[in-house]
Amino acid sequence: MSSVLSCLAAIVLGCPILTLLILGFCGLIQRPLPERLVDRLTKFHVAMGLVATLGILGIMIGTNHPMEVLDLGNFVEIGQEHFHFHLEFIFDRLSIPMVLMTFVLVGVIGSFANIYLQGDAGYYRFFVCFSMFLVGLLFAFLAGTIETLFLGWELVGLSSALLIAYFHERRSPVENGLRVWGIYRVADAAFLMAALMMHHWTDQGEFLRMVNDQPWPQGTSHLDPLASLSVGLLLLIAAAGKSGLVPFSGWLPRAMEGPTPSSAVFYGALSIHLGAYLLLRLAPIFADSFVVRGLMFGLGALTAIYAAMTARVQTDIKSALAFSSVCQVGIIVMEIALGFWYLALVHIIGHAFLRSLQLLRAPTLLRDYRTLENAIGGRLANGQPAWIARMANHRQIQWYQFALERGYMDSMIDQALLKPFRKLFKAFERMENDWLRWLESAKGSGSMKKTIRQDWL
Amino acid sequence: MNAIPWHELVICIPLLGFFWIRAKASRDARSVCLAFAGITLALACGLYLGGLQSPAGSFEGWFGWNLIHIDQFSAPLIPLTALIYFVTLLATVGHKTQQFPFAGALVSESLTLGTLSTDTTWWMILLVSLSVVPMWFELKARGCSTRVYEIHQATFVGCLILGGCLSERSGAPALNLSVVLLTLAVLVRSGAFPFHLWRIDMFEKASFGSSILMVSPMLGAYLCMRLVLPTEPEWALHAISFLSLATSVYASGMALVQNDGRRFFCYLFLSHSSLVLVGLELATPIGLTAALCMWLSVGLALTSYGITLRCIEARVGRIDLNRYYGLYSHMPTMAAFFLLTGLASVGFPCTIGFIAGELLIESAMNFSPWIGWIVVLATALNGIAVMRAYFRIFTGTKHPTTIPMHSQFEERFAIVGLSLLILAGGLYPQPEVESSYQAAIHLLEDYHRAGDHGLKKEGSVIGPAAEASPAEASPVRRVH
Repeated sequence: MSSVLSCLAAIVLGCPILTLLILGFCGLIQRPLPERLVDRLTKFHVAMGLVATLGILGIMIGTNHPMEVLDLGNFVEIGQEHFHFHLEFIFDRLSIPMVLMTFVLVGVIGSFANIYLQGDAGYYRFFVCFSMFLVGLLFAFLAGTIETLFLGWELVGLSSALLIAYFHERRSPVENGLRVWGIYRVADAAFLMAALMMHHWTDQGEFLRMVNDQPWPQGTSHLDPLASLSVGLLLLIAAAGKSGLVPFSGWLPRAMEGPTPSSAVFYGALSIHLGAYLLLRLAPIFADSFVVRGLMFGLGALTAIYAAMTARVQTDIKSALAFSSVCQVGIIVMEIALGFWYLALVHIIGHAFLRSLQLLRAPTLLRDYRTLENAIGGRLANGQPAWIARMANHRQIQWYQFALERGYMDSMIDQALLKPFRKLFKAFERMENDWLRWLESAKGSGSMKKTIRQDWL
Repeated sequence: MNAIPWHELVICIPLLGFFWIRAKASRDARSVCLAFAGITLALACGLYLGGLQSPAGSFEGWFGWNLIHIDQFSAPLIPLTALIYFVTLLATVGHKTQQFPFAGALVSESLTLGTLSTDTTWWMILLVSLSVVPMWFELKARGCSTRVYEIHQATFVGCLILGGCLSERSGAPALNLSVVLLTLAVLVRSGAFPFHLWRIDMFEKASFGSSILMVSPMLGAYLCMRLVLPTEPEWALHAISFLSLATSVYASGMALVQNDGRRFFCYLFLSHSSLVLVGLELATPIGLTAALCMWLSVGLALTSYGITLRCIEARVGRIDLNRYYGLYSHMPTMAAFFLLTGLASVGFPCTIGFIAGELLIESAMNFSPWIGWIVVLATALNGIAVMRAYFRIFTGTKHPTTIPMHSQFEERFAIVGLSLLILAGGLYPQPEVESSYQAAIHLLEDYHRAGDHGLKKEGSVIGPAAEASPAEASPVRRVH
């Protein structure tokens, strides 16, 4: 990478990191910056990042290079054991459009949030999480190694959970934030295992080495079928958790508890596509694995059908938009499985912009409807598809109920996983308490009854 | 300078502090205690960073024993332990000073540092056995039942002494029994399932600060490295590994359903300290490196987390995680540090635990994918438990109070200091990893040598791994 490109790449990554460090440090020492300064700092760094990315794109087009790599060396290295945590960033046909989209949307939504949250007690907190989110996204989109992608992935997850719980003096947003964090941890665990298995089998974590140094979307890997299936399944779980695919779709409407700007940027535009991006980035590696691609297609199709049904019956606009987003992500996953990778990329970008606009307009939906109806001089059509009309009445009710309850997905996870888990460990706790009581009274000490334990229990 | 026995001073200074407090019956025990702990920390850091050496023959001349032995493995643990004691004492302010046994803490510090500074079996057994006494006195002084503590510690000390005696005998049955007893001692001290109840009991009854000081130095893992691992057959390694893995998952699950703040912390610590044991028992260079890195990260992150929890407890009483407290608006800085230290303990990026976690999972995966899975599961559950505690304590409602709840300077200083170390270790982890790797290699070399001299039993997994070690000059700093 030439020195000019290196400088530009450093600006792309450095500006958001600097914003996060400044905001985070001032917050930690209880000297938050004034709102106007926060706004200017965020805008300046986003603009710098955007210009630098455009510069890189211009140079790449001018020099006809499809890919530039910024190699920062090893973050950690144990040479003798072949363990290294390599920091490498790739600017290519996939990452540059995603980064440009990120800067544009973060800039626009940041400006919106500046007005929307002006004077709010959590204004500063919002922008700290917002800059953490931007750093995480850039790390994830530009990552040249699976470890760097994981690093960004985790930052996005944390900022996301904290922003869902933005209105933290109410219980509901907090409970939803925790729920989403729980699902993210499952996705993170799957991702981590996939990353380590890839390391284990290929002895490398760099995407480029995995595909024989070919720029995306060229190149294929030589993972054996079993390895490919195992890693592919784990990555599918990770992507499903992050992008709200079936069976994890239930968290998405819960995530709408956050302020509108965060809903727009996270669940309408950027964060929700992170799972799809992961699949897209690693698509060449699984290109030869028909089982993985088949599973991917099936998951995408199932998600799209489920979300399309559910979105139609939601009673609040943000939930309806959330499920519409999931539906589109399902379709994007199908496109990736079918090998239409450029189409999937275009779909992601188009969908992100459209959905951001819709979510930002959501608070004024009724006004927009009225304007629209006044313009056309009548009511907007509210019909139902012919195939539903042909359905028997009781079937219609059943499907309606199914969609309204969001496919009972949350309650299924609750019943199948969370409740038994809680019940099991509460039973262990009771057993421990009994055991402790028995140990304390084992030798018949008269002072036992005075112990804290008995008060406690 | 070289005439001064530095290592011995590090151990003796806290003891001097104890006698000072006792002799003067000082009313300001905290200041005295803090001064002595501070000097100990400064010396320990000086020894670690500056390479101050004790003169030859300081203790050997007196007893004829080579009592002090600090190698690359124990060298970082000494300043870490001194730091843990210092920051815990520093953050003991306000009404906590009335209940906290400062003199006992200094004795405990001296014994812990003494244990970490030796590899002489009987000296170690003596010190680590004595280290259970200050807590017993505290429990007695608080009028609490000591039975659970006594049963477990008696088992620990008994197994340790018997195991030590038997290990000196010849003959396979005696040696096998010795391995069993020493393994049992390690499991009890580490609080491995099902020997963990004394820790819960202690956290509930003793002061939070003393409980943190009792568990944070992880002497069980140290004993494992010094007494058990060098002579351990494969079956015993597998037994400890299995129980440690089971404990890490069990404790992380229990942490997730706890309603009491102290119990929650106890389980969280248990889960992480078990992960350290898992790394140690893998007995590969990378596994040992992971364990040592994790040791440092758990020591720093969870001590800091515990101190934060203790500060909150000092303001709102015993924390019930079944309800929401909504303390964020009263203590936003504390909230940020609580989250930071909690996430550092579960290996969040840019914190000291990140690389430690990566290394551990990588080494576990290399050993067996199932172990890797279990470690990942435990980490994921711990992450959820940390976030749950954060949300319960700092959010969910408005905390109605007119009393100022902001943290005091000493508390802030302690937590900020530890947090800076956590972040520095996360952003620039190479020195820590490098030093841990060197320590791991030399430990494995030592064990390999022990194997060559017939001290290691057949079937040990340690021997072959040591073959990877580079031939370098011994970094062992031995005091003669």
